[in-house]
This record gives sequence, C-alpha cells and structure tokens, in this order.
Amino acid sequence: MGNYKGKSMKRVEDPRFIQGKGRYVANLSIPGMVHVAIKRSPYAHATINSVDTAAAAALPGVVAVYTGSDFSNVGGLPCGFTPPGIKTPAHPVVAVSKVRHVGDPVAVVVAENAYIAHDAVDLIEVDYTPLPAIVDAKGAMDTGAPLVHDDVPDNCSFHWPLGDKDATAQAIASADHVVEMELINQRLIPNAMEPRACVAQWDSFMENMTVWTTSQNPHTIRLLLGAFTLQIPEHKLRVISPDVGGGFGSKIFHYAEEVIVPWVARAVNRPAKWVSTRSEASITDAHGRDHVTHAKLGLKKDGTITGLYVTTWANMGAYLSTFAPLIPTALYITLLSGLYKIPVIFGETYGTMTNTVPVDAYRGAGRPEASYVLERLLDIAAQDLKMDPVELRRKNLIPPNEFPYQTPVALQYDSGNYPALFDKIEQLADYKGMRKEQEKARKDGRLVGVGFSSCIEASGPAPSAVAVGLGAGIGLFESGVIRVHPTGKVTVLTGSHAHGQGHETTFAQIVADELGVPMEDVEIIHGDTERTPYGVGTYGSRSAAIGGSALVKSAEKIRHKLTLLAAHLLEADPADIVYDQNSGKVHVKGAPDRAKAFGELSFALTTADKLPPGMEAGLEETSFYDPANFTFPNSAHVAQVEIDRDTGEVTIQKYAAVDDVGKVINPLIVEGQIVGGIVQGVGQALWEHGVYDENGQLLTATMLDYAMPRADRFPTIQVDRNETPSPHNPLGVKGAGEMGTIAGTTTIVSAVMDALAPLGIRHLEMPLTAEKIHNAIKAATSNGGGN
Amino acid sequence: MYPPKFDYYRADSVDEAVALMGQHGGKFIAGGHSLLPVMKMRLADPGVLIDIGRIDGLRGITRSGNSFRIGALTTHATVAAYDDRHFPDALKHAAGMIGDPQVRNRGTVGGNVAHADPASDLPTVFLALGATFHIAGANGARSVHAANFFTGLFETALAENEVLTAVEVPAEGIENGSAYAKLFNPASRYAMVGACANITVSLTGECTACSVAVGGLTPKATAAPSVGAALVGKQLTDDNIAAAAALVLNDLGGDVMGDIHASAEYRRQMAPVFVGRALTLAGHRAGWVARLQKNVKDVAGDVLEEIERRLRK
Repeated sequence: MGNYKGKSMKRVEDPRFIQGKGRYVANLSIPGMVHVAIKRSPYAHATINSVDTAAAAALPGVVAVYTGSDFSNVGGLPCGFTPPGIKTPAHPVVAVSKVRHVGDPVAVVVAENAYIAHDAVDLIEVDYTPLPAIVDAKGAMDTGAPLVHDDVPDNCSFHWPLGDKDATAQAIASADHVVEMELINQRLIPNAMEPRACVAQWDSFMENMTVWTTSQNPHTIRLLLGAFTLQIPEHKLRVISPDVGGGFGSKIFHYAEEVIVPWVARAVNRPAKWVSTRSEASITDAHGRDHVTHAKLGLKKDGTITGLYVTTWANMGAYLSTFAPLIPTALYITLLSGLYKIPVIFGETYGTMTNTVPVDAYRGAGRPEASYVLERLLDIAAQDLKMDPVELRRKNLIPPNEFPYQTPVALQYDSGNYPALFDKIEQLADYKGMRKEQEKARKDGRLVGVGFSSCIEASGPAPSAVAVGLGAGIGLFESGVIRVHPTGKVTVLTGSHAHGQGHETTFAQIVADELGVPMEDVEIIHGDTERTPYGVGTYGSRSAAIGGSALVKSAEKIRHKLTLLAAHLLEADPADIVYDQNSGKVHVKGAPDRAKAFGELSFALTTADKLPPGMEAGLEETSFYDPANFTFPNSAHVAQVEIDRDTGEVTIQKYAAVDDVGKVINPLIVEGQIVGGIVQGVGQALWEHGVYDENGQLLTATMLDYAMPRADRFPTIQVDRNETPSPHNPLGVKGAGEMGTIAGTTTIVSAVMDALAPLGIRHLEMPLTAEKIHNAIKAATSNGGGN
Repeated sequence: MYPPKFDYYRADSVDEAVALMGQHGGKFIAGGHSLLPVMKMRLADPGVLIDIGRIDGLRGITRSGNSFRIGALTTHATVAAYDDRHFPDALKHAAGMIGDPQVRNRGTVGGNVAHADPASDLPTVFLALGATFHIAGANGARSVHAANFFTGLFETALAENEVLTAVEVPAEGIENGSAYAKLFNPASRYAMVGACANITVSLTGECTACSVAVGGLTPKATAAPSVGAALVGKQLTDDNIAAAAALVLNDLGGDVMGDIHASAEYRRQMAPVFVGRALTLAGHRAGWVARLQKNVKDVAGDVLEEIERRLRK
C-alpha cells in the first residue's frame, strides 16, 4: 500500500475494454427507442429552394421527418471564445435557407430502425441552387472570393494581433540574416476510434431530459444545451458521457446532433438515438490545423535570434465551432517563443470563413502549428548560417536560471532545464553518431536525414481569470470530490473525463497515496453531470494538473478532518498527530501504537457519537482547483530517416524522444501518451491530409483516401524523460497528452528536409508524400543541383 | 453505415448458387470485403445477395500434378501462410500484402478477382503466373486463361449467373522464380503500382522465359510482354533488368490512372522501378540453382573434378 505514484500500474480500465465490455453510447438501447438519420448537403455552398420530404415520410417505419424551419424553437450553436471585435455568424442546428459545407444538416428523419431512417434519407428531395465555393484559408480574403456569410465581410471573422509590431519589424530589418518563408499546416481529420453518437430520453412527467453523448466535457455540453441551444433548464438536464473511444479534441465541441436528438426525443416522446457513420464523421466532426503562414526570423551572424514576425491565415470553416477562435490565437501566437530567448515577437492571425467543415482544437491545438513555424525557420536558418541545427538552438535556449521566464508573447514559463534536455536527447539518440553515419551514407549516395526539434507546450489551461479575460466563455478550473464510505472505501467524483487517458488508474493512484489506502479501495466516477459536481472536462492535457490537483486538495481536507478526529479520540493535541500516508494510520507522534486506522476513523464519522465539538458527521470533501498558470511541458526529439531515391518513399529508421512532463504519476500511461502522440504527429508529417477540391468536395472522406499512420511504418520509439516539476500544482505534473503530437510532426519534417538538403531542396509542404519528394528530387537533379 | 435493403439467400452448393442466381438475380457474396463497403456507402444496391461463403468444396489449396488449385473461397491469410516450396512466391507474398490481418482473414481469392478492382494485387499476379480460372454456370463448367479473364475496369469474363470455383496456378520448379513488388497507397494499402515477374533461369544463369504484369495504374491488370521479350536469352544483370523494365512503358496503354495519392505521371514513372524490383527478386529466386552450382565450383571445383575422375575410373 502507498507509493503508487511513479509506478507503472496496469490500467484498471483495460480488462473491460479489451474484452469488449466497455459501455459506449452506441451500445445503449432503450425500449421504444427511435433512430435518427440526417440528410446532409452534398454541396459546399448552395441556397435551399425547397425540401420535399413527402416520399420519406410515406415510407413504412418512418415516424417523422423534420426540416430546418421545424427547429425554430432552438438556439444556434454558440461559439465559446469571442475575443473583442470578432464576428460570429449564426450557426443553425439544421440549415434553413443556405448550406455552407458538404455535410451541413438539411433534414432529419426519425424511424423505427436505423436502416429505415437511412433509406428515408435517400428519399428526401432537396432543390438547391449551387453557389461558388471557397475553401482556402488565405484565398477566402481575396477580393471577389465567394462570401460564406453576408454578415462577415471579406470572410474575415477576426484579426488577433499580439506583440510589439514596430519593434519586431525593426529587429527583422536590422538583422544580419533573415529567413523568410511561407508555410502551410494542412487540414487534418481527427478520426477518433469511436465515431460520435447521441441518445436522449425525455421524461414527460418530470420534464427531465437525459442526454448520453460522446463528449470530452459533459458539463460544458449541459451548459450549452441549457443556456443556448435546447434551452431546457439546466437542473432538468442530465448529460452523461459513458465510455468514450478517443476524442483528440474533436469531442470537446457542441454539435448539431446533440441538439437534434434530444429535440426529437421530446417531439415524438420516445427515446431517440443517432450514431455517426465513419464517412459522416469526416464531414461533420471538427477538423484540425489548416493554417497558411508567412514568417520572418531575424538572426545575428552567430545564430542569435533577434526577432520573429508571423502572419497566419487560419481556416475556421463554414461556422465558428465551440472553441475555434481560441486555437489559432491564444494557443498559437503565445507559443511562438518556443524554448528560446527571442527579444521581440509579433504574431497576428486572420480567422477566415470558408465552405469547409469547421476547424477547431485537434490534439495539440495551436501549439503544433506554432512549433512547426518556429522549428522550420530554425532548421533553414542553421542551413543558411552553416551551423549544426542543434548548436543553433542551444545558442538561443532560455537558461535554467531564468525561470519563471516571461516571453514577449504573454506567457510566463513555469520551469524547465533545456540544456539538460538537450544533453539527454543527444545522448539517448547518439546524435553525433547519427551525424557520422549520415556522412558516410551521403558518400554512398544515400539520402539519409537526421531531424531535430525542440518544442514547448502550454498545457492544462488555465487560470480562469486569464482565460475569461482573453475571451473564453467559461472558467477553466476543475472539480474533485472524495467521498469516503463508512467502511473506508472511497468513491472519487471528478469533473475530468477519460476517453482513453486512463484516469480510472491515474486518479486512483493519486487518491490512494494521498489517503494511504489500497488502490483497489478507490473507484473513479466521471462523465455524468448528475453524479459529479460541475466540471470543465478533459482537453489541453489538463486532467492530471488540474483535475488531479483538485483531488489532492480534497484529500488534504480529508486528512485534516481525520487528524482532528484522531486527536480527539486519542486524547492528544492535533499538532502531535501524524497522518501516515503509507498505511492510512493516524497516530500520536513518537507513539505509532496510539493509532486509529483509516477505516476506524471513517466509521467513527458514521456512528458520529464521539466527534469533537463542532465537527460534522460524514466524510466527504469537495474542491474546485483553479491553477495559477498553465504548465509548460517541453521536449527534444531526434529522428533518422532514409529516402528511397527511386520512389521518394520515406523510411523512419530511428526515433528518440526526451520529454519534460514534470513529475510522472504512471510512467506506463505517460509513455503510451508520448508514443501515441508521436505516431499521430508523424501522421501529419508524412500521410494525413484532409483534401478539398476547389468546389468544396472533400476528397478524403473515407479511410480509403485518408491516410492514417500504421504501426509497420515505425521503428521502436525510444522514450526518456527530463523531469522538472511544475511549481504551479501540488503534484508537480505537466501535461503529457500532446507533446508527442507537437514534436512528432516537426521532427520528421526536419529529418526529411535534412535528407534532401544536399540536393538544394529547401522546403516542401506536408504531408511529405512519396510523389512530392520524388518530384522534388527529380527537379533538383535535372537542374544539376546538389550531388 | 447502413446498406440499402436486400434479400439474402445462402447456397450450400455451387449448383444451388447458380440456380438461386437464375431465380433471383443479384450478386454473389463470399468474404464481403469488396462488396459490403460499397453497399454500405450506398454506391451498390444489388437487391439480392447469394451467399456462397459456406460452400465447403470451394475452400483450400490442393496440389494436383504440376499445378496448385486455389479454391475460390480460400482466404488471403491462407494463401499468405501456405507452406510449399513449389507454391509461387509472388502469390504468397502478394496475398500477405493485401489490406490488414482482419481483411486477409475474411477476404477471399475468388471474391477479389471476381471484383476485379484495378488497384487489387491478385489479378496482376495471376496474369503474370498464367493462371487458369475455373468457372461453373448453368451451362456447365468452363476454364478461362488469365489473359482473357480480366476484361476491364471491375469487369471479368464471368457471366452474371456464373460462379468462379477455383484459380489454378503452375507449380514452380527449381528453375522458376516469381515476385511481386508494390507501391502501397498510404491510405488503403491497395497498389498504386503493382508489378509481378515470373522468370525461368537456366543452369547457366540465363533467362529462358519471363512473364511480367502490372496493375494499380491501369484499368485492369496489364501484361507487359515487351519486358519479357527483352530479357529472354540474357543474363539477369542489373543493367539488363533495368533496360527491360523500362520497356513496361510500351505496354501500359493510354489509360494510366491517377488520383490525389499519386498522379498518372508519377505512377508511370514508378512502373519501371517496381517492374525492376520484381524482376530482380524473381530472378534471384529462380537463379539459386545456377548460383549454387557456380558457388560449389568456386569453392570445391577441385574436389568435384577429383570425384568425377574417380567415378569415371
């Protein structure tokens, strides 16, 4: 017992998941349940002239068919991050007069089963007048571009600048060397393993609505359903997110189907269910990334960075998704300083509307885009200045004695030891050995590349006051309840939500250690607004730092109460009482035999006959933890790749990662997060791309065309840590969920471009497909460049 | 994903399958790994499915004389794991490159070739190996050579009421070698370019027969006779292979296909690369006896001569 923290405990949730016993929304079946299917726009941009539902309604087994005008009594889907000056176009739950992206809902079928519902969808005739579409983030602001919303001129929803523009321009103008480039961070489709689903049940007697939904944050969904869309009073609404099979951010947001399904359940007074198909997911789940960036980096001859100027056009898609404007602004521009001392930075983002699926947070959310810009600039600067890319970075690192470090773009970094991080990765990867091997391979005419990147993340958002000040519609604290039962068994209620992260294990380790009880005596409950207090949910690698810390705070309150109780029962001064967290025994200092066991004390609070004056019966404590700051995980990754000269195909030969995620509660889970993140990041570098044609048709709407990373494309990934505890939370932890994704992308792009550098190839846009590389090699060698 | 409504019949024999098809029309289904996805995307609406997946006689691989008969219901996994040194390597390895383990465990050889997806691997291999397709139908059984089986994009010589029962491929002797090389589509794992070479090598290391086919980039598996013709009578040197492989461009025809993963031009450029790889590997496999003989002579030539001298005495 005790000392669970820091141990690789096997995940307690895994036996049920790997035996197919998880309980997902799609598994739910309620007697009398109807099934919902949605007619979606095949056009990217069109006016709706008429919707003929007669044939669908006449199909046997169809219960009802609804169109946009039927939903006049619900509010539009809101945007929860609205910085000053933003234009937020209306986002109807079901389109009424106009569709703005392929997949926009046009009509809703309710039927006795899902097959009939889908058959009926095919029978709905919609008369459209197609309109010209715009899909390009930057092109959306060009003169004459089709207007997505009449009330958003130039398709520009917002312009978000940060930093000293003039000083930065001046620094760049007077730099010895300037690297200037245009970069594209391509659109990605999240593809969580479980597609979204929603079930709703209306109790017409109590006028209560229960909604089961695949959400990373059920309380946020309840708030938005109650206050904005469905407008059923919040105390009459219960939102449950049971087991959820991954999210990567895409399940944070409030989606139309979460309004449609409960609305239908009330309208037909029967339970209702909708389950997304995989193809439907591609055209409805919020996408990620999609930036066009123009960047300038100024340096001195010796490689010292003097300034960074970045302008980005961020594709918001057809509507502003729940947190969309937050991602390319406060989670992007603010991260442009990386691990480096940069005297002046100016960054600005134009958020543009296009005829595409809305874009919002996707694993990393803004931070991968920032690291990509900075790390690409540094690699090219190293080439230009003929410096080793690691040495160039080392030269500019924030020294360990300057923490907390204030960047020129608002953030204050908590802790880190970047030179030690670099030492560790160089050793783990044998960086110098890799370079020697590369030199030899190059002499043999092989295209071997070594990639390096060092990235920063701001995880665990954030102090509520700062978040709301920036434009967030809600605070970003987290709740945690510890309920000790009379027999000393413990139920933990957390506002965090697990959809693959292993909270049932990690949080049990935390609470068991804090109270000195066996882990198997602790059960973690999450994902039900009626069982847990209001909580914010899980995204931005915030659960351990904020949700975990809320539990530490509640455990402190429990220990305090038990210390007072033990002092009373043992007739000692509370100051002389020791709470032994290894055993859960509370004893008199220097007299371990004069002790009360945890279970004895919890039972004493149930009999409640010998309590000290003023002490209430029962043992349950609640905390709402609001962090003092983000935490700042950081990383240095190295990869070696080889490019097939004949085909352009990339083989990853080696990958090593050193991450600082602060203190680690469960190394097994953290390593899984890092490795999984790297693989996902590499997916963006080499394969993944949500491709729209100029008419707004998504060409990668199925798994036949959207290329996901596969295990057989990876070597064993070596993982190590460089631990610097965060001072901002009692656990000393930093976020571990997104670092791999951030660094995986930049490291592999760095390696591929390093392999191609001798041919004089400076930059290629992601994904680095075989054809793109092949064509670049061909062009370079036919120009007589390189060797 | 919800397919449109269909009726379902299960056949217990080939005759019953043919009779059911005559009666109801529709589509045969075996592993379902080509048909079900397009039905679920509502791109196909056959109305009737006749399940031939449980006809026992159509399952498994048997050796008869100088050939292997692969029952139409044999799964890709079975082919990939088939352990007989005379079984064509190209077929074994190509089957192992299809999809992922789940697909290989369900998908069948017969279903694959009957579907005739241009990006599929097996049609290319069967064409290069000179396979024979055995067909049963209302008018009796017939056999079709691979060269005549694949007729176009998703089209074969099978009539609507005919069932493919088996594919027969020649066994490989010690002088034969075959190989399949593939440029994977990164998303689907289908072939963007697939090349199969089937080579016979003499004991002196000379190519005496060579059959090559490519797929993935043309509407149907396409034979590349120019390549084989250029190599026959020659030693399998790197230069000879490269020169022969380049001739595949003469045989591709005008319908090279491209998409977002690989343009037609890129696929065209990759065809000689993968033909070259298949030739090199097939040649290596075919040439082992010639190599062995040469190696033994190099290492123990004196001993062999001595043995021969004594035997003559």
